[in-house]
Amino acid sequence: MKSSSTIFLAAFIALSASWAAFVLVPQIQLGRADQAKTVPAEDKYPVARAGLAAQGAEVYRSLGCVYCHSQQVGQQGVKVEVVLFDAGTNTSTTLAAIAKVNPEINKPETITGLPKEIARVADIAASDALVKAVTAVGGKVEVNVIPTGSDISRGWGKRRTVAQDYIYDSVVQPGTRRAGPDLANVGSRLADPNWQLNHLYAPKSVLKDSVMPSYRFLFEKRKIGKVASAEALKLTGDSAPAAGFEIVPTDKARQLVAYLLSLRSDAPLFESPVTPPPAPAPSTNTVAAK
Amino acid sequence: MTATSTPSPKQIDSSCRLPLFTLFSGAAVWLVMSCVFGIAASMTFHKPDIFAECTVGTYGRAYPAWSHLLVYGFAIPSGLGVGLWLLARLGRVEVAKPFVISIGAKLWHAGVLVGLVGIMNGQTSGYEWFELPRYAAVILLLAFMLMAIWAFVTYSRRNEESLYPSQWFTLASLFWFPWIFSTTILLLQFFPVRGVVQSSVAWWFAGNLLNVWLTLSGLAATFYLLPKLTNRPLQSHYLALFVFWTVLIFGTWTGIPMHSPLPAWMSTLSSAAAVMMIVPMLALASVVFLTTIGAKTACGGGLLCFSKFGVLSFNLATLAAAIAACPAIARITDFTWFNHGHTTLRLYGFFAMTMFAAIYYILPKVSGVEICPRRIKGHFWVAMPGALLLAVPMIIGGIKQGLKLADMSAPFLDSTKVAMLGFRIGTLGEVLIAIGALIFLANVLLSIISHYRVIAKSAIADATAKQPTEVRL
Ligand code: HEC
Repeated sequence: MKSSSTIFLAAFIALSASWAAFVLVPQIQLGRADQAKTVPAEDKYPVARAGLAAQGAEVYRSLGCVYCHSQQVGQQGVKVEVVLFDAGTNTSTTLAAIAKVNPEINKPETITGLPKEIARVADIAASDALVKAVTAVGGKVEVNVIPTGSDISRGWGKRRTVAQDYIYDSVVQPGTRRAGPDLANVGSRLADPNWQLNHLYAPKSVLKDSVMPSYRFLFEKRKIGKVASAEALKLTGDSAPAAGFEIVPTDKARQLVAYLLSLRSDAPLFESPVTPPPAPAPSTNTVAAK
Repeated sequence: MTATSTPSPKQIDSSCRLPLFTLFSGAAVWLVMSCVFGIAASMTFHKPDIFAECTVGTYGRAYPAWSHLLVYGFAIPSGLGVGLWLLARLGRVEVAKPFVISIGAKLWHAGVLVGLVGIMNGQTSGYEWFELPRYAAVILLLAFMLMAIWAFVTYSRRNEESLYPSQWFTLASLFWFPWIFSTTILLLQFFPVRGVVQSSVAWWFAGNLLNVWLTLSGLAATFYLLPKLTNRPLQSHYLALFVFWTVLIFGTWTGIPMHSPLPAWMSTLSSAAAVMMIVPMLALASVVFLTTIGAKTACGGGLLCFSKFGVLSFNLATLAAAIAACPAIARITDFTWFNHGHTTLRLYGFFAMTMFAAIYYILPKVSGVEICPRRIKGHFWVAMPGALLLAVPMIIGGIKQGLKLADMSAPFLDSTKVAMLGFRIGTLGEVLIAIGALIFLANVLLSIISHYRVIAKSAIADATAKQPTEVRL
């Protein structure tokens, strides 16, 4: 290599290639994403955070919760269940139709005691043939799409998270480490604000052998005045304050909890379907209302 | 140019003095500070409530402070200092505008301090390896440009036309950093992109910083030092060139983790690149093997030990990253301490150790004062086990953690608990590294102080020697 221009050219070409692929292309592909419709309910998703929850996102970032908690759910596959609701008027034709697609379930029990799961297939495309065959002879079937994987078995979400889930987040913190559980859906899993406050103040008060650090600096310990504050934490055992004192969450603590309760990414989307859809979100404004 | 205008090595070394003193002394101070935060962060795993009342020590701030100081405080300034000296020495030219470069270095250190204060106040950007708030990032970018421009001018004024591999590596590193850093500042902090594009930019940056920048800057030193220390020629320039190309071509694609909400093609590309990093790793291993085999120099805890251990760590870290990029293994190791383990091996085992070797090699030439070999050896024998004790238990703990995470019958907390032992040993490693860092700081500061003391002494001697004659006149 004689001339230095070769060095710079090499560096330029190498770096601009990865720059184009990992900066430019994602920006073109995803950078302008907008609200999408959920499937099949057609609700707008996601909804931007407002008020306390939006402020709480800043608290979450500033305290570096991301170094221990991820916010992304993985999925290894889907389980597609075909549930027969109605075998139609002529059950034998229905059975014959089912048998044609899936000979294994050619048993008379298949169409008794409905509704019941009659087949489990690998993907949605495979269920289509069955659905078509049964509806053609007047039967009624439904297909349940249930994502699977270790994150989902741990109860961290109903489906994998996708780019759409994050479009209103800034700073996006998907995280790379799980010293603690994934928090992508913590708002639907642990929706009680008092639990969250107690947990932040003294993790061991809600989970005996927790190793999460406690965030006592987000709370204020003060002498109980004429009347005890309604906001004071209800603590027992070791973590309870001395008699005559109470523990009151600061604004930061309330913002953070509002944010945690807003974390929920399980709306069924086209690119990540879940049926039947999860129950609607509980109100996350209980803390805000205080 | 004519031979007469070529400055002597002594002149070149003394032209480097001001910038190098500033860069290295600051780097040593930040390294010690970073260890303090590293130890504080790891205390959380011994006693989770230790910083319950203290925002400065809380894990989510101590940890980014550790990585910020290690990368921006220690690694980049020491890499820049070594690179600057290499460009001057190999080009047989005095450093251009050393005073301006030393101002750049001071500005850089000031930016690191501002960043640290920002992180402590909760103004972290929230992206791993790019923790500094934007006002600090802008200072660092300006400071880097100031230094890089004059480093480049130094290079272009060179008297020696033919290029040595270390120059390619250094030049590419001078070019790489401003690009990735300015892209990231613009797209994450000034005109933030939306949604997961942010993660994409941040991971691209981290991959390029850790796998390309550190590699370029570290190997520039390795390729210079190995032949010098073993008194044998580099075997061979072509292989070194091959390492250069493959690091650029593959390294720049690393960074996107296997599990992420980004489109799958991105993590697939990135993982393939991490696996391909085995190619430069093997080439590097052969360069080192061919260059040092049959060398008479005993390593004995001296500079050669630092440098060889650096290469070994680079290879281990690259191998671990490549293994963890295979989908079946990533399913276990992603989200665990595994990746953190090999990254620390890269930072402490490879980069820091290589820089120690280079700085111990360069500093005596620049200051004119030898460093006591026993203090260098002492440093090696605490830093080397320290790096291993920090990284290896974390890698093993990560695997155990991953197996527990994948085991649905095990409660979640088990996965955190099995990694605890790794952490407890890791704290010991961090303490050893901290002791090493203190020795390093002492070595650097003593060199600088003795340099000025020698100057002061000779000035006094001059003055007293002259006086009698003056009096007589
Ligand atoms: C040092 C690592 C660490 C840090 C930092 C950390 N956590 Fe945790 N977190 C854990 C661990 C371990 C658990 C599991 C034990 C438990 O539930 O207490 C956990 C559990 C949780 C849970 C309950 C999740 C569940 O499904 O049970 C929430 C909510 C939570 N953390 C929120 C936070 C927030 C908010 C922050 C930042 C202020 C934070 N964590 C910082 C380690 C950490």
